[in-house]
Amino acid sequence: MDKITALIVDDSSVMRKIVERSLRQAGIELEKVVEASNGAEALVALQSNKVDLILCDINMPVMDGLEFVRQAATMESAKGIPIVMITTEGSEAHVVQALTAGARGYIRKPFTPDQVKEHVLPVLGKKQ
Amino acid sequence: MTTDTSLVTRSREENWLPIIELAVEEVFEMMVGCRVKVAAPSENKPNEEFTAMVGLAGALCGILTVCCDAKTAGEIAKRMLGDTADSQEQAADALGEICNMIAGNFKNKLSGSGDRCMLSVPTVISGGEYTFHSLADGTCLETVLLFEGAPIAVRLQLES
Repeated sequence: MDKITALIVDDSSVMRKIVERSLRQAGIELEKVVEASNGAEALVALQSNKVDLILCDINMPVMDGLEFVRQAATMESAKGIPIVMITTEGSEAHVVQALTAGARGYIRKPFTPDQVKEHVLPVLGKKQ
Repeated sequence: MTTDTSLVTRSREENWLPIIELAVEEVFEMMVGCRVKVAAPSENKPNEEFTAMVGLAGALCGILTVCCDAKTAGEIAKRMLGDTADSQEQAADALGEICNMIAGNFKNKLSGSGDRCMLSVPTVISGGEYTFHSLADGTCLETVLLFEGAPIAVRLQLES
């Protein structure tokens, strides 16, 4: 399996570490992890990093995850990069908004590493 | 015949305590890797050196808080991050995220009103000398759970 670069977007540094660990536990080999604490930082990170996967929270200060997904959809540097939301917001409305904006997956917190595997591997084009 | 909707609402909210407790249990099991046990609030009061809070707005208005002592907050961070967790900032971050997930998990278990309720980003206060006052004047639901023997108080204070 090729190593990938993941962009993890969450205002909690603890959660960013947990998401990284969950990716590794899911068998995803990480070449590099880029971190951002809100959507605005994530947009900047996308301009200077070649990223293969984005995992993004919704409720964040400065710019929330849904706005990040909408803006990333207009960026050439984000074209084709799968975005999976990881968030406490579990309503159908939020899921629909995220998927309509361009997210390819949706994981509700709290989550298990198996749930990360189930939602992330398919968007990377890998079998579970 | 008139219907006392306030009675119906109060009765519904009082049934939420088991849902809160289940939400807490699931968060600790899935994200901290340990089981917590519901305890009698009157006999198990934590030394509230850390208070994490998340606001709720929309169909549900109020605030959910998670309180524990500093040692417990540090232990939670260590269990979430491994032994690399060694700062008060990480302890606060971990407790804030736990509070965030409890609020979200609770909200997601409510049919109807949970979908029309938004959460704030978490805030954490730490220290030895503070009193937390919420201006929410409705139902207050409180539970205490034991995390490796240490009490963690979870409160949901609702706006009437």
